Order: sequence, then structure tokens, then C-alpha cells
Amino acid sequence: MNALRQHRRLDRIWASAPGFRGWFSTVNHTDLGRMFLVTAFTFFLIGGLLAMLIRAQLATPDSAFAGPEIYNQIFTMHGTIMMFLFAIPTFEGMAIYLLPKMLGTRDLAFPRLTAYGFWCYVFGGTMLLVSLLFGIAPDGGWFMYPPLTGPIYSPGINTDFWLIGITFVEISAIAAAVELTVSILKYRAPGMSLDKMPIFAWYALVTALMILTGFPPLILGSVLLEVERAFGLPFFQADLGGDSLLWQHLFWLFGHPEVYIIFLPAAGVISTILPVMCRTTLLGYGWIVASAVALAFLSFGLWVHHMFTTGIPHMGLAFFSAASTLVAVPTGVQVFAWIGTMWKGRPELRLPMLHLLGFFITFVIGGLTGVMVAVVPFDWQVHDTAFVTAHLHYVLFGGFVFPILAAIYYWLPHMSGRKRFFRLGGIAFALIFVGFHVTFLAMHWVGLLGQRRRISTYEVEDGWTLINFISSIGGFITAIGIAIVIIDVIIQVFAATRGERNPWRAGTLEWAMMTPPPSYNFATLPHVTSREPLAEDPGLATRLARGEGYLPAPEEDWRETLTVEPATGRPDFHVIYPANTHLPIVMAAVTGTFFLSLLLKVYWFTPFALAGVALLALRWVWVLGRREDLPPRAIGRGLEVPTAAAVDRPPGWWGSLFLLIANATFFGSLIFGYAFLWTVAPGWPPPALLAPSLVELAIGLGGAALGTVAARLATRANRKGGAPLPALAGAGLGAAMVAGACIAFLLRAPPPAEHAYSATLFILGGYGLFHAGLALLMLGFVSAQTVRGYTSPGRRAVFPIVSLWLDYLALTGAAILLAAHLPGMLG
Amino acid sequence: MLAGATAIFAMVAILITLAFRRGRRAEGKDEARSVRVWILGLGLGFSMTILAALLGFGLFIGERLLPRGGEEVVTVGAEGRQWAWTFRYEGRAPTEDVLHIPAGRPVDVAVTTTDVIHSFWIPRLAGKLDAIPGHTNILRIEADSPGTFAGLSAEYSGPGYDSFSFSVVAHGPAEWDAFLAGQTE
Repeated sequence: MNALRQHRRLDRIWASAPGFRGWFSTVNHTDLGRMFLVTAFTFFLIGGLLAMLIRAQLATPDSAFAGPEIYNQIFTMHGTIMMFLFAIPTFEGMAIYLLPKMLGTRDLAFPRLTAYGFWCYVFGGTMLLVSLLFGIAPDGGWFMYPPLTGPIYSPGINTDFWLIGITFVEISAIAAAVELTVSILKYRAPGMSLDKMPIFAWYALVTALMILTGFPPLILGSVLLEVERAFGLPFFQADLGGDSLLWQHLFWLFGHPEVYIIFLPAAGVISTILPVMCRTTLLGYGWIVASAVALAFLSFGLWVHHMFTTGIPHMGLAFFSAASTLVAVPTGVQVFAWIGTMWKGRPELRLPMLHLLGFFITFVIGGLTGVMVAVVPFDWQVHDTAFVTAHLHYVLFGGFVFPILAAIYYWLPHMSGRKRFFRLGGIAFALIFVGFHVTFLAMHWVGLLGQRRRISTYEVEDGWTLINFISSIGGFITAIGIAIVIIDVIIQVFAATRGERNPWRAGTLEWAMMTPPPSYNFATLPHVTSREPLAEDPGLATRLARGEGYLPAPEEDWRETLTVEPATGRPDFHVIYPANTHLPIVMAAVTGTFFLSLLLKVYWFTPFALAGVALLALRWVWVLGRREDLPPRAIGRGLEVPTAAAVDRPPGWWGSLFLLIANATFFGSLIFGYAFLWTVAPGWPPPALLAPSLVELAIGLGGAALGTVAARLATRANRKGGAPLPALAGAGLGAAMVAGACIAFLLRAPPPAEHAYSATLFILGGYGLFHAGLALLMLGFVSAQTVRGYTSPGRRAVFPIVSLWLDYLALTGAAILLAAHLPGMLG
Repeated sequence: MLAGATAIFAMVAILITLAFRRGRRAEGKDEARSVRVWILGLGLGFSMTILAALLGFGLFIGERLLPRGGEEVVTVGAEGRQWAWTFRYEGRAPTEDVLHIPAGRPVDVAVTTTDVIHSFWIPRLAGKLDAIPGHTNILRIEADSPGTFAGLSAEYSGPGYDSFSFSVVAHGPAEWDAFLAGQTE
């Protein structure tokens, strides 16, 4: 009875609005995880449909099904949708749904950010779909090499849809990555130290950090290419000091880590499910964590292997060939650790296990052909042939789709609370497995015979007719298998009988709750003492529901949870989440108008859209403020922790830290591009350098130093109960001085459309100006909060956050000014 | 390479199958031994040995394919555009879509482009090399005996990409001299 009363009380606090209206205002991770997954699978079906069109086109020689103009859009969109709108969002959705439950907490760090990211993804993805419907979809191939995608050779709007739509969608990837990183580090059940985290959380952490450092180069490349297309700034035009190789570097600097960003979550799924299917524990937990980390590091060192045929210097080839083979070692460690896990336990052939076997067979073949293409002379032959297409499908389908199918069948009882009804899953698996291998084994073969990728047709004399036909048949068999999976899932979600709790006898915390999961996850939070708390204490779920964990007494209308110290898992502070709101969807829509104004070239509207985003962002943080101090909160077990407003490292500080890491990667890529163009591109040095000015440099550097010092003084003044306003004003002056120094050199620099040098200066100055503006906005916000009585020594959390952003402004501002003035001084 | 890959694949498949065999005693408690066998032995030791061998082999072969100086080397230019190739020679008018080379002598092809990125590929003679705006890449090819070889442009370059190909004619010494003198097309 006590458990039921607890449930009613918590559900009233945590539930989203009933019916479909709730979708638009929910900030709950269970809702949003499900929404992410359903949307991602919708895109998977659309991408799959395009794949079927490709196979229909190539099934016969001299095909009249689609001309090259349409066919080029089809294969470009197939790759784009599968990579950006299916694979990454599926990881995000899975992690958003599962992580708080596995980590023994009630939600992610920033619930409204989850919702904002979701709506950005939906709106950005819709933009791309609209282009497909109107026949003006991107057609430059999914890696969009300029100059083919530049303003001269692709004047239409097609390419803009890609650059702007994908950047819009990437907001959701960055948002989710920040959120997952902070959640995994801070939002866990008390007692869960790093070495007691479920293995999936480790993989998600590594993946999220990789997104933060892998996506910014792509975002930068997209910004530069769009600016070149819209305003003629020649970053990729060889005759004006640009270089199309810069795009290839930026793209693959993202693109190779991307492969592991897709594979690692799947590996996390395998490491979670496989031991349960084998009735044992994972072999070599520490080794697996180490290999995941090693993979992440190595994957950033081998982007050049996508560019072996671009005339890279010989020593470079040897280095990157070595790195590309080395990356197979941590993958090998994981694969053998999994096989060792199977030997350690007693594997049972249940449905998720079948898909895991599908993974093993497919992925090992994909890995082996991957090692082959890492051998440079072999790559010179098969590069840009169907062999490479087949290889990447073995890696992605084997390394991602099979594990995801296993995950669907493993966690579906958790989402639906039901058990499978018809036994369709086995048939579906057989069809998918056979169909896939027929399709892509044939494609390896035809690639070795010389069929290039991305051709829309071929001649009878080429002798590829039969192989292509077989490949297409295989493709349709796969599609039928996927269709049966969908039918199976729909039946289970809507019509099957109720299932038992924890049907697989798993040991991780996501099964220590009723299914489908309640809105608040855990009625009280567990104290974790092992990696598999549920295996140690099968009655845990009942005890938590009865109120025997942390936070036993829900208070007022608070959505509460606890944070921990990242390494030890000791309770740190108490958090009150914001409740349901329409703010995220409204802000995503206004963000969308910003991107739309760029796409449709309605540039007069762009500043209004930006101002709208800024106003909503101010409201976003303003509503979190309080006018009175909250006392420390008793959390049970005789413990008391401070509230988030009273600490120096609040959630917003952690979020800013990781957002700034992504931002710094973006900035670092820009500096890399500047240095790359200067040293490698033809047409350098530029005709005229910016005349250096010691006065401007001194003002800018002085402003940077003043900003960071004054922000610290403001933090200290507030903590000691003094008046922070004078110091805040000083920080504002510092930011304004940085902005002034940027404006000064922008005004004196040669016209940006003249040469890649002046174009880069323009972007650098714009970047500095933007961050100075951002700092001023934040300082204004804190000042307003101070005037209105929202700050006190006990409500000090906003100060360190603003201080962090001023530190970042100081570092990047100084780097920008030096990059602008130094060449003129030295030259 | 194919045989090695097949052998490794077979090994993995057998190890997985053996994990399912009936009546097998689960390895159970001795975790330290499992880690030694599976992770240190197979995961690290086995992978690294195979990969080191393969890498050495690849670098050795790659080294042999690199252009080296020599008095016998003939230099030609290959300039790509959407969707045709122009081939240039020393002391002779350029040709379109047909590259002439002497047989039995090393030839350095200077690959360039006037518009977008293309890739120069004669499957029977060498691997591919990209033509990148603003850069000149040198590819070494050599035809052992006279004959005609098919060439392809192997970097997606827009709507005309499907049929973007060329051919290479390798001449004997007399024919080559005649070609350079402009007597044959």
C-alpha cells in the first residue's frame, strides 16, 4: 500500500500531459528516448526505401528506371539519411531512454535540452525530406566533395539543403553528447563509482566525448562551404587561395571517428546483452573499457586513410596505413573478449543472441576487408569501387544494425511490458541475414571486377549483369525481413500479453522497475555496491518501490534527483529539474527559422531569428532562478547534501565545460584550416597581409585578461556576500574591448571574397565577435539577476558558469588576434 | 590476403561454434586464465602479429610502386575536366580521351584537373590517383607490352560520370617514335 501511495504521488509530479499533446511539452527522458527511436526508425525505413530504388536501378544494365540526375539524389540521400538521421539519432535515443535507468537515477542532466535536441532533429530531418519530395535533394554524394558541390558546379539549392539541414540536425547530436557526458559523470545512483558503472555507460561516455570532438570539424566544413556558396568566400577554390583538400581533411576528421561513433554504442549493446544470453558476466571489463578508449583515440589518427588516392606524401601514407591497421587491435581485443565470455558461460540461442551471431559473422568479414583496404596498394585499386561500398555496409550493417536488432528484441519487453506473441522474429532474422550477405558478397565481387561506386548504369559488355541482379534480389530479401521485424514489434507493442518483470534475468538496474517504466523510474534511488546490483539483490525493485532507498519523501512538486562525485560515486548535491514545458519545441522552431532564412536567402530575417533564439535562451535560464535560499536536503540514510544553486560546480558548469570542449574543437579546426591553407594550398602567400597594429592588439589582449580576471572577482564578491556588480561591469568592459579589437581588424582587412586568407580572417573575426557578444549577454543576465535579488552566497551557481565562458573568450580572443596580426609582423 | 582473411574468419567461426557445443563444462570461475587466453593471447598477441606482418608487406609493395628517377622515364600530362581527358606530350600536339605511351618504359603521368576532382585509373596498369584543383599528382605506370588498356575516371563527378572513361594505347619503340613525330593519331 505504501508503494502504491508513493507511486501515485511521484507519478503526479513526473507524468507528462496525457495524449499526443504531451509529446510537445514533455521533457521526460523515457518519452523522448522513445520519440527519438521511433523517428530514427522512420528515417531508417525511408533510407531503406532509397536503397531499394538503387538496387532496382542497378539490377539490369542500361536501366531506364532513373536518370543520373535523380539517381545521384537517391544515393546521396541514402547515405546521408542512414548516417545522420538514422545511426546517430538511434544511439541518442537508446542512450536517452536507457542511461538514467541503468545508472539508477530519474532523468538526464538537462531534460529541456533533450527535448530541444529532439525537435531540432525532427525539423532538420524534415527539411531534408522536403527537398527529396520536390526533387531538389542534395546530389553530390554523401561526403559532398567541393568543387563539385561549390557554387560554380552546383549552383542549385540542392547542396544548401545538405549543408544547412545537416548542421541543424547536428545541434541535436552536440546537445545529446553534452547531456550524456554530464549525466554519466554526475547523475548516477549513490555508491556507483566509475568502476561499478554498467559497461554500456562506459561506451556511451566514450561515444559522447567522440561526438563532441568529432562533429565540430564537419560543422566547420559545412559553415565554410555554405559561406563560400552564399557569399563567395573562396575557402575551397584553388585559383583564389582555397583548396578542396581542406574539405576532405575536415570531412574525414569527422568521418572516420563517425564510424566508431556508430560502432561503439553497438559494442556497448553487445557487451551488455551477450553475458546475459550466456548466463555469466562480461570477461575482462577493464580491458574492454580500455579498448573502447583506445579505439576513440586511434580513430582520430587515421582519417587520412580515406584520402590515400589524393597524392598524400609517401611518409604520410606509411604512417596512416600503420595507424589504420593498429585500430584493428582494440577491436580484436573486444571481439575475443566476447567470444571468451561465451566460453565462460552457457550461451542460449534466444532471439537477441541470433542477431548477435549475425553481428559476429558480418562484422568480422567487414573488419577483415577493412584491414585489406588499409593496405595502400590494395586501396589504390579498390578505392571508389563497389568493393568499398560493400566493405562499409559489412561494417555498418554488421557492426550497427544487427546489434540494434538484438537491442530491440532485448529491451522491447522493457518498453512495452509485454512478451512476444507470434514467433516471427526467427524468420525475420533468417531473411535479413541471408539477404544481406547475398547483396553485399555480390557487391564485393563486382567491385573487384571494376564496377565503380555511384554509377547509375552500366553496359551489358561489362559482364556485371548477373552479379548485380543477384545483389538486387538479396536486397529485396533483406527488405522483407525488416518489414517482418516491424510487424513483429507492432504486434508486441499493441497486442501481446503482459510479460513478467526482468524476463532475461539481467543484473543491471534498468530492470529494477515495473515495465513499462514509470515516469519517475525509481520511487527511491538505490545505493549501488556492485556492477550488477539486481543479480546481487533480486528483491531490490520491491524495496526501492516501498521507499527504502534515497529521497524517500517526495517534497512539494519537485522533480528531484541526486548527483555524485564523478570518480567515487559519493553523493554530491541535490537537483530539482524543470517540469514539462513548450519552451524546447518553440526554441527549436525559432532556431529552424534561422536556418530557413539562410536556406532561402532571406538574410534580412536572420538577425531577427537570432534575437529570438537569444531571448528564449534568456527565458530558459531565468525561470530556473529562485529568490530565497534552499536549505541542504536530507536524502535518507542520515545524509544531507546542498542544493545545486549553492555549489561552485553546478550542472550548468559541467554542461558549459563539455560544450566548450566541442566549441574549442571547432575553433581548433578553424586554426588548422588556416595553417593548412597557408602551407599547402596553391596561391599563398596572399597578395596583401593585414597591416599589424600594436594598439589594437594591446586593447584586445588587455580586454581578454580584464574579462577573465573581473569575472573571477565577481564570483568571489558574491560568495563573500559583497556586491558583484562593479566586477561584472569590468568583465563587460573586457568583453567589449575584445569585440572592438575584432571589429577593428575586420574593417581594415582586405575584402573577404578576394582570397582565402581574407576569407579566413573574416570567419576568425566573426567568431571572436560572436563570443564577445555571448559573454556580454551572459554578464547582462547575471547583473539583472543580481539586481532583482536572484543571487546570494547560497545561490551562487551562475557565477562560475559565466566565468568559464569569459575564460574561453580570453583564450580564443587572444588566439584570433595573434593569428590576424602576427603574420604581418613577421612577414 | 584473401586466404589469410578466410583462415581468420574460419577460426573465429569455429571458436564461436565451439562455445555452443553440448555437454561442455563452462569455463566458469578461473577468470584470470580466461583473460590470459582470450584477451592477452588472442586479442592482443594474435591481432598484433598478423597486422604487423600485413603492414610490412603493404609498405614493401607500396615502396616498389613509387616513382623513381631514371633516364628512360617518359612524362605525359593528363588533364581531366567534366567529362573528358586531355593528354599532353613533350613535342607533340595533345590527344583527347586516348593516352599514348611507349611499352616497356616507365611513364610518369602528371594528373591535373581544370574543374572538379577526378581520379585517373587504368586498372590493368596501376592504382588510381586523384586529379585535384591546384595540385599536380604524379602517377608511375608501365605497360609490359604493346596493346590497348581501358581507363576510367573513378571519382564521382556529377551527371556525366557514368560513361566517363578513356583508353590507353601502348606502342612499340618504332610506333612510339612515329607517334611523337605526329604521324599517327
